[in-house]
Amino acid sequence: MTIKEIQTEIVDEFSMFDDWMQRYEYIIELGKTLPLIDEKFKTEENIIKGCQSKVWLQGEENNGKIAFTADSDAILTKGIIAILIRAFSNQKPSDILEANTDFIDEIGLKEHLSPTRANGLVSMIKQIKMYALAFEAKN
Amino acid sequence: MINIQKIRADFPILSQKVNGKSLVYFDNAATSQKPQVVIDAEANYYKEINANIHRGVHTLSQLATDAYERSRLKIQQHINAKFSHEVLFTSGTTHGINLVANGFSSFLKPGDEVMVSALEHHSNIVPWQMLCEKTGAKLVVIPMNEIGELILSEYERLLSEKTKIVTVNHISNALGTINPIKLMINKAHKVGAAVLIDGAQAVPHLKPDVQELNCDFYVFSGHKICGPTGTGILYGKEEWLNKLPPYQGGGEMIATVTFEKTTYAELPHKFEAGTPNIAGGIVLGTAIDYLNEIGFENIAAYEHELLEYGTKQLLEIEGLKIYGTSSQKTSVISFTVEGIHPYDIGTIIDKLGIAVRTGHHCAQPIMDFYQIPGTLRASFAFYNTKEEIDALVVAIKKAQQMLT
Repeated sequence: MTIKEIQTEIVDEFSMFDDWMQRYEYIIELGKTLPLIDEKFKTEENIIKGCQSKVWLQGEENNGKIAFTADSDAILTKGIIAILIRAFSNQKPSDILEANTDFIDEIGLKEHLSPTRANGLVSMIKQIKMYALAFEAKN
Repeated sequence: MINIQKIRADFPILSQKVNGKSLVYFDNAATSQKPQVVIDAEANYYKEINANIHRGVHTLSQLATDAYERSRLKIQQHINAKFSHEVLFTSGTTHGINLVANGFSSFLKPGDEVMVSALEHHSNIVPWQMLCEKTGAKLVVIPMNEIGELILSEYERLLSEKTKIVTVNHISNALGTINPIKLMINKAHKVGAAVLIDGAQAVPHLKPDVQELNCDFYVFSGHKICGPTGTGILYGKEEWLNKLPPYQGGGEMIATVTFEKTTYAELPHKFEAGTPNIAGGIVLGTAIDYLNEIGFENIAAYEHELLEYGTKQLLEIEGLKIYGTSSQKTSVISFTVEGIHPYDIGTIIDKLGIAVRTGHHCAQPIMDFYQIPGTLRASFAFYNTKEEIDALVVAIKKAQQMLT
C-alpha cells in the first residue's frame, strides 16, 4: 500500500468514532500495535526532542525502504507514533519525503499538530523525514 | 471570610467553556486569572492617560507619571519597603534575578561561592550559573529531603565566609513548600552573605514584609497576583542598589550624558532604562488593591482549606502519590498516578475542561531528586472551589480507567 492509501485507511477507521473519548481510546489501542524499538537503541540520541514524554525512534534501511521502530513512556504518545509509523514505515525514502500529513488533521488530532504542543508530534514527523532524507542522500 | 460567588463573578474567564466543559483552572502557580477591575484598568489607561512618563511637561504625561509612581508607593506599602526608591519595576521575576546576578559579577572573584537551593525554579538557577561561569565563583546547592524541605543543618554547614550571596525561593513552585527564609536570611547575614528571595510563588498567598524578613533583595512577578504579564518587582535594600552597577543603559536611567562620560540617575531610575511597561506597572497596583480588599488572611485561610480538602480527596485515588508533603506548604499539590505518565493524564483531563500543569515545572533538579519524569501539579487560588476539586478527582479517575 502507498502512504496515501494507508492514511486513507486510518482516516476511515477514525471516522467511526463520534467523540474524542472513543478516538483517544483507539489511539491507545493502536499504541499496542507499535513495532517496538530494540532496547539497545533506546539511547539519548534516539530520543526525539520537544516531547514532554520520552519518544525513541529508530529507522533501518531494508531493500530500499525504511522500517521504523519506536517506543514512548506515555501511552497516548505511543499511540500517536504508532499511527505515524503505520503510515510511513516500509516505504521508500523519496515517498516519505513527498508525503503530507493532512490525515492527522482529518482524524481529529489537529490540536496535536501545533508546534508548541508538548507531545512533539511535529518533531516526530520531522525526525521521520530526517531519516528519509539521510537514507536518500546515502543512496 | 471569602464570598466565593462574588469573587468568581469578578473573573470573566472562569465562566468560560473549554472543550465544551466548564473550565476548571488549576494552573494558578503558572499564572493567575485577571479580575474585571484589572482588565478595565488596563483599557482605561490607554483610553484616558496614555503618555510617556518622567519627561513630558504636558498634562497627560504628568497624569501617567503620577499613576505610575502612585503604584510604586502602593507596592512599597504592600511589601513594607523602607523607601519607594527601593522598589524597582521589572518585566518579571526572571528579569529581577538577572539584574541582581549580573550586578554581582563586579563583586565576585574565583573561589567565592554563590548558594542556591535544590528547590529552585530554573530561572533562579541559570542566571547564577552564568554568573559563576563569568567570575569563576562556585555554585553551591542546599540539599532537600524526601518531603521536599531544605535541610537546614546542611545549609549551616555549607555557609562560610566564601558565601557571597544566597538565593532561595520563599515558596517552591513545584512542591509548594514554604521555606524558613527568615531564619535562612539571618544565618546568611552572619557570614556576611547577601540574600535574594524569589517570591514569585509566595506573593499570591501572603504579604511579604521585606523589613521584617531583612532580605537584601525580594523579587516577584505581577502576572501571578492577578496583574498583567510582563510586570514584576525587584525590591532591593538601598545600600545594595547603590552598590550594584546599572543593568541596561538607555534613556531614563541617566543624569547627564556626554560622549566622554555619563552619570547615572538616582534610584530607582538607575535601573529603569527605557520606556517601561507603564500600563502594566499602574495596573499591577490595581491588582494589589484588589487582593488587599479581599485580604491576604482570608485568602490564606480559604486556600488552606482547599489544600486540605484537595489532598484528602486526591489521596483517595488508587496509586496517587503526592510529592512535597511538608507541613509548611501552600495550595499546590504535585502528584503522580502509578503506572501512568503525567502527560497522558494531563491530556485526557484537559479534554474534560481541567487545566493543570504537567511536566518538570521548570525544576528538573527536583524531578531528578525523586527520579520521576515529572508530575501533575494542581495549584489552587482563592477563586477555586471544592466542587472543582471534585471535578478534578472524577476526571483523574476517568483518565485512569482509559489509560490502564
